[in-house]
Amino acid sequence: MSELLRREPHIISSGLRLLAEAAQRQATRVTQVDWAPPMAGSEDVLVPVLNDARRIAANALAVERMLAVRAHLVDVAPASAALDLQPGEFLHAGPPVSWDQAAGPLRGALMGAAVFEGLADSPEAAAGLAARGTFALAPCHSRRAVGPMAGVISPSMWLFVLEDPATGQRTYCSLNEGLGKVLRYGAFSPEVLDRLAWMSQILGPLLAAAVRRHGPVDVTATLAQMVQMGDEAHNRNRSGTLMLLRDLLPSMVESGIPSGDIASAATFIGGNDHFFLNLAMPACKLALDAARDIPGATMVVAMARNGTDFGIQVSGTGDEWFTAPALTPQGLFLGGYGPGDASPDIGDSAITETAGLGGFAMAAAPAIAALVGGTAADALATTRRMYEITLAEHPRYRVPALEFRGTPAGIDVTLVARTGILPQINTGMAGKTAGTGQVGAGLVTPPAEVFPAALRSLARAMPIRLPRQS
Amino acid sequence: MSAEHVEARLGAYADSVTLMRVSADVRRADGVQAALIAMATELNLDTLAAMGFPPPDAGPNHLLIAVRATDDVALAGAVAAVDTALSARPGASHGTADHGMADHGAEPAQPPRTTAAAVRASGPGLALISVPGRYAFAEAMDALQADCDVMIFSDNVPVEQEITLKDFAAERDLLVMGPDCGTAMIGGVGLGFSHTLAAGPVGIVAASGTGAQQVMCLLDYAGAGVSAVLGTGGRDLSAAVGGRSARAALAALDADPATELIIVVSKPPASEVAARLRDFAARLATPVQLALIGPGQPDLTAATETALGALGRPVPAWPSWPSRAEPLRAGVLRGLFAGGTLCDEAMVIATDRLGMIWSNIPLRPELRIAARGPVGGAPVLGAPVLGAPALGAPALGAPVLGAPVLGAPVLGAPVLGATAGGHAMIDFGDDELTEGRAHPMIDQSLRLERLAAEAADPAVAVVLLDVVLGHGAHPDPAAELAPAIAAARASGRVAVVVSLIGAASDAQDRGRQAAALQAAGAAVFASNAAAARFACGLIEGAR
Repeated sequence: MSELLRREPHIISSGLRLLAEAAQRQATRVTQVDWAPPMAGSEDVLVPVLNDARRIAANALAVERMLAVRAHLVDVAPASAALDLQPGEFLHAGPPVSWDQAAGPLRGALMGAAVFEGLADSPEAAAGLAARGTFALAPCHSRRAVGPMAGVISPSMWLFVLEDPATGQRTYCSLNEGLGKVLRYGAFSPEVLDRLAWMSQILGPLLAAAVRRHGPVDVTATLAQMVQMGDEAHNRNRSGTLMLLRDLLPSMVESGIPSGDIASAATFIGGNDHFFLNLAMPACKLALDAARDIPGATMVVAMARNGTDFGIQVSGTGDEWFTAPALTPQGLFLGGYGPGDASPDIGDSAITETAGLGGFAMAAAPAIAALVGGTAADALATTRRMYEITLAEHPRYRVPALEFRGTPAGIDVTLVARTGILPQINTGMAGKTAGTGQVGAGLVTPPAEVFPAALRSLARAMPIRLPRQS
Repeated sequence: MSAEHVEARLGAYADSVTLMRVSADVRRADGVQAALIAMATELNLDTLAAMGFPPPDAGPNHLLIAVRATDDVALAGAVAAVDTALSARPGASHGTADHGMADHGAEPAQPPRTTAAAVRASGPGLALISVPGRYAFAEAMDALQADCDVMIFSDNVPVEQEITLKDFAAERDLLVMGPDCGTAMIGGVGLGFSHTLAAGPVGIVAASGTGAQQVMCLLDYAGAGVSAVLGTGGRDLSAAVGGRSARAALAALDADPATELIIVVSKPPASEVAARLRDFAARLATPVQLALIGPGQPDLTAATETALGALGRPVPAWPSWPSRAEPLRAGVLRGLFAGGTLCDEAMVIATDRLGMIWSNIPLRPELRIAARGPVGGAPVLGAPVLGAPALGAPALGAPVLGAPVLGAPVLGAPVLGATAGGHAMIDFGDDELTEGRAHPMIDQSLRLERLAAEAADPAVAVVLLDVVLGHGAHPDPAAELAPAIAAARASGRVAVVVSLIGAASDAQDRGRQAAALQAAGAAVFASNAAAARFACGLIEGAR
């Protein structure tokens, strides 16, 4: 029986303020919801999805599985070995895309990677081969991998291999090249290709030796510490990078590899504040992959962009991508670049936001808010706003400035549609012309349409329910 | 003799200040001799060794939990306390041990955007939902999932959603009042269109808002007071919904020690639902009096009087403020109501006395008239759109009680023009007339227009109105109505009868409202049934 008559009166009012005010005048505690109509296109599908009898338990299970995952760096290996990636096969960021539809940065990265693999003599020749359909393209996500920006992975590139010790599940990500003129931002000049060669010949094998000697590196634990050290693990990975170096350097030294190589590797890693991003991303993917394929669950398990489209995947709808044209980030530009030089949003790195880091942990990294001229207060407000659209607070990622409240984690499609609050993503910006490289960094959101699209699919995926008899 | 626990937990990171606080808390617990909760840095491992604990296999990413206690029971308690302390957020207003989302009290308020977020921030309560009907489901589900009872003020919520919500609530022992629940009073707080009344022995279950307000105000006048008014929504006692909320509300009131007697107020319910409700009520420990408005049933005033008698309380003479003059012409009765149940009650009374009453909410389907005319949104009572056909349904042939159907055969539901010369009552609070505008208890403009038109219609002898005071209602209805009544009386020699539904504590001041309406020439009654009978008497007297 209802306890209504035994409770201390507390009115939670959504809608007419007049009604809330009338209750307030009677000295009752009133909480007013700042309600607004849901996103266009979601009105008719919200009710069936919210009414899915499986939804509550399914989302609870998705959250439980996501939060249970521990990501350990267990190996470093070439993509040919780790993923059985064959010559002529390339993985890329975001939802599926063809060469014809690919954006400048992705084309540039594919061209550079083809030259790097020895499949073409020049980037131009590589473009010709790609245009003739010579190469096989697939999303990183389709192979349990993630890649920042263009996210191109070719067989000779070395990958971080992460594993959840409880399940043995693995995810993969390339090694971070640093900032500026780099393949992942679509650059393919000789210095870019030389660096890739060094990474394959020296850095990858050295890291592999160090990791095997050291044993598994607990990436999840590092992420938890980063959030308390000013990193949000997407646009800021400074402390994580240094902690990784701290963990692996003794094993590198003990590996017997020439000290000059170790010194250059240590300099490279220590000088690249984003080195840890390529561990944060597969750690997040490992957590989210555990939450996939739960019938009725409305939790987002991937947000990814290929420079043309932004796509999301949702636990209850399998591998289906819900896509719409990617937006262009707003932020600060390097050197003489300006807004007209930026490619639309690109990269798998929004997996960090999907898992409760990045923009969702902005309150832990107020320095990031400066990218769009924001303040520390804006950073706090951003994280707080994300609680409106998430299913849980991450018990490991605790934000000092929010009294160690866990970061908002597990985006619920229904809450995004109801509130119209879009996930906040921190991101780098690539030049829109192939070969340019990075032009800036800033903030972006998904295009709103992907959420109603996901809701429609969730509604279609519902079992037929017979009405109950009264 | 002592017991030890040493654990190295991988990945369970917490900052050193938190861990020092947790260690200190655990050390203070009964039976604990030593405790170290810290990250397994070299320094802390040395400390651990110095404390005499065996060295664990651990590194800086491990959280050490080492406790020594007098016995196993104290040890288990201390280890459990560590887990609790680690999962608590310092300063949290209502932190939870799981990954639930308790908001932090010290954070500056960003207004919550959903009912779920509001409950997280402020704790459970009664969700009062007045968003547009098509969106009410989401907020209501949020509330029910968060263990909150729900009052849905919104109308236009599909019936299948209502049933789903009520079944979901029943599984969780929660109550859904509504949709279209306009009136409630809980813990002395009047919600929606309601009143603040003294606490008393009568609980009201209301499928009808204005019906409940009438009973509340009469009880208030009788000095009886009310324990609670639980609304169900106007559709709850339909065959489709089957009285789901009425039963839940009855059970809640039955268990309420302050409630000595329950009155169920409803518009005419589906007969099988009424029968089931009677059976259910008969099994309760608290006496239940049904006030189901319909032919052969006691009116609300009579039901209130019976309730007072059952409680051993005197029945007062219900107040009235008579008008100065009788109407000088014969004609028909027109009711212009803001309250649907008050309209129903008046129709039941008038049907007994005068015969058939046309209405947009008729007592019998064949007496339906369209609430809206073919042009504009205003309801069409009377002359301007005589016989204007509504499309679709078969011809309505039978002429009505001295009311010749004018013009061409009328298709479907005639607008009120077709009944010129017939008695009619309109519920201006019906969904069709409130879509996109405020309820007539707040916005009287449609009724004022109609009042002027009726007064100008030579066939009309008496206009019967209700005026509802209290929370949510117009702050001073007489300020608009009195001049309109005065003008009607002056121009058309028509009598105006008003039922004034108000409680002593209403901000509008019942006495002042009554005086203003009376001064304008209306006969005013605190009992809607008395007003209806008086209006019928005027019609009969003028024949």
